[in-house]
Amino acid sequence: MNAETSAWERRSAVRVVPPVRPRKLAKVPFVELADGRLQGVVSSGSDIERVYVSSFTAGTHAYSCSTNNNRPCGALPSGSSPCKHLHLLAAEAVLQYGVDRVARYLRVDVGDGASTGADLVDSMNGQVERAPAATVFSRFLRHLNYLEIPDTTTPIPEMHWFPALGAGR
Amino acid sequence: MLAVNLSELLDGPLHGVEEALDLVAGFDDALVHGLARLGEDRAAALSALAGAFAGSPLGVRAGEAAEKIAAGSVTDEHLSVLAGGRAALFGAVHDALLGRLDGALGRARAPWEASPSAASSGADNLLAGCRSWLHELAITGWRGVDHDLVSAADQTIEALLAVPGLRRTAVLLDGLAAELRASSPIATMERLPARRWADLWTRALLLSQPGGPAAAVPEPAATVSGRLLLLGVDVHEHGTAVQIQVHAVLEPADGGPARLVRASVAAPKVDTIVGPALWRLLQWHPVLLGALAEHRSLDITDQPILDSGDLVWHDDRAEAGEPADPFATARVLLGGALAPAVPPLDRHPVRISEPVLVEGYTAAADGGEVTFDLGGRPLAVDVERLPSCGPLTPELVAASTACIGLVRWDGGRWALQPLAVQATVKRKPVTAHNGDWALGPTDPKVMKAEAKAGDSVAVLRERAGRLLRR
Repeated sequence: MNAETSAWERRSAVRVVPPVRPRKLAKVPFVELADGRLQGVVSSGSDIERVYVSSFTAGTHAYSCSTNNNRPCGALPSGSSPCKHLHLLAAEAVLQYGVDRVARYLRVDVGDGASTGADLVDSMNGQVERAPAATVFSRFLRHLNYLEIPDTTTPIPEMHWFPALGAGR
Repeated sequence: MLAVNLSELLDGPLHGVEEALDLVAGFDDALVHGLARLGEDRAAALSALAGAFAGSPLGVRAGEAAEKIAAGSVTDEHLSVLAGGRAALFGAVHDALLGRLDGALGRARAPWEASPSAASSGADNLLAGCRSWLHELAITGWRGVDHDLVSAADQTIEALLAVPGLRRTAVLLDGLAAELRASSPIATMERLPARRWADLWTRALLLSQPGGPAAAVPEPAATVSGRLLLLGVDVHEHGTAVQIQVHAVLEPADGGPARLVRASVAAPKVDTIVGPALWRLLQWHPVLLGALAEHRSLDITDQPILDSGDLVWHDDRAEAGEPADPFATARVLLGGALAPAVPPLDRHPVRISEPVLVEGYTAAADGGEVTFDLGGRPLAVDVERLPSCGPLTPELVAASTACIGLVRWDGGRWALQPLAVQATVKRKPVTAHNGDWALGPTDPKVMKAEAKAGDSVAVLRERAGRLLRR
C-alpha cells in the first residue's frame, strides 16, 4: 500500500460515489446501475400517463422492455433488436455515468473510441429476456418520493461528512 | 487570518492527537474485516481502544466489550460502548484542534450549556432497525458487504425519512448505504475509505440509541433578534440530500456582543439534480436565498437558536435589509465575534468549519493543488470543495487576492475551504461568492447550459405528480 492510499484511507471527508453528470430528464427520468442491470424508466412518446421499464443485464447483455403494468413493449417482439426505449436508456446512461462506467458495469468490451449509447448497444449481443418491471418501477417511485419529503431548517451536522465537490469541472 | 495566526496554527505538536488516531485506526481496521473474524492483532486493537478509557467512567464497560467481542459475543450493548469510545476519542481530538485554532485566531468561544431536555422522537422500533443493520455491518465487515446486506436497510431508511425528528439518522444512513452500493463488490476494492465509513457507522450507532439525547429533536435554547450580516455559504451534498449552511455575524438587537451564527436548510433530492438546479430545492426560503444572491443583510425577529449557534431558520421572521458586502463584514466584524459552543455529540474534527478572512497572500497553483503563501507559510486550499451550484472555480481561487473561507482539518492537515474570493481576471477585479446563484445563475454561459438542460426539478415533480398518487 502506498502512502497516498494510506493517507486517503485516513480521511473523513472523501468522495466515494463518482459524480453524476447533469442531463435532460424529460425522456428518461430514471437511470441506475443496480441489481446487476442497467435499468431505468423511459417516458412514452405518445401517452403522458405511460412509462416503459427497460433494462440490460450485466454479463449476458439480455435486454427487456415493458410498460410499468408489465405489458411487453410492442416494438420488441422476441428475437428482434433493442427497441428505441432501450436505445434511449443506453444513451442517457452514458450521459449520466460516462461510457466507461456503464461498459464496466455491464461487462461490455466497447473498444477505444466508443463514446455514445449507440456504440454501447452495438457492442452487445444479447437476447430478449423478460425482466420483472415491478421492482424497477417501485425503485423509480421511491426515487421520486424524495422530492415529496419536506425540507428542514434544523441543522444536520452529519452532512459535514458530505461536502459538495465541484462535479465535472 | 494573518501570517502570525497561520504560524500559530501550524507550529508545534498537538499532544496526544496522533496517539488517539492510531487507536481509532486499529478499530477501523477491525470494521474493515468484520468483528466475526477478528484474529489476534485486531482483537488487540480493540483492547487498546478500550484501554484508553481505563480510569474513566467508560473504562470497565469498554474493557468488557472488547473482551467479549474478541471471544465472539458481539451484542448491541458491546458495540454501542465501543462506538462511544471511538466517538469520545474523536471528541478529544476535536477539542485539541479547535482549541489550537481558536488560540491561533484569537477567537473567543461561548461555553457549552445543556439545553432543556428535548422530546424524544419515540420511534424506538425504527431505531432498533438501524442498530440491527449496523450490527450486521460490523459483524460482516466492509469487505464482506454485498448487495443484499446493503438493500436490507432500504425499508428502514424509507421509514426514517418519513419521521421529521429522525432526519439526521435517515440522511446519514442513506448516504452510507449509497456509498456501499456504489462500491460493490467491496471485496475487490483497491482502497477502502476505512476512516470515513467507521465515522459514519459510529455516528449512526450513537444517533440510534433508544431514548438517548442523540435520538431527540434539539430544543431551541432561546430566540434572537437583530441584524444578520452574511459571510458566506457552505454546501453539503450527497445523492439524495443537499444542505446549505449560511455563516453570518449576528448583531443582537439588545446590544449584546456580535456573535457567529449559522442558518441551515436541508432538502431531500435525487442524484440527477446537480449544479445550480440545487437552489430550486430550497426555494421555500426566498428571503434567505435573496440575501445570499443580492449580498444583503437581514433583519431577523425572534428566530429560535440552538445551543450550537444554529438558527432554526424561519423565513417569515426575516426581512431583507441594506446591501452588505461579506468582505466588509469579515474585515470589520469577524475578528471580534463570539463563536458558539459545540454540543458534545457533534464534537468530531469533520465539523470544524471556522469562518476566516485571508488576504495579503500569493496564490500558487501546482497541478490541481492551490496554495496561499501567507508571509512565507503555505496554507493549503481545498479547491475540490467548491460546489457545482456556485461560481467559484479552482482557477478563480488561484487568481484571488482575498478569500473568505472555512478552516477545516482532515487527514492530519489544516486546509482552507473557499466560500468567496476577490480576484483579478484579465486585469479586471472579479468577486464571486458560493451563494451568488441562489436565485438562479448569473453567468450567461451557465444560464444557457441550464436552459438547454431544462428544469430537472420540475420534470421530476411532474412525473411524481402523475405517477406517485395513484
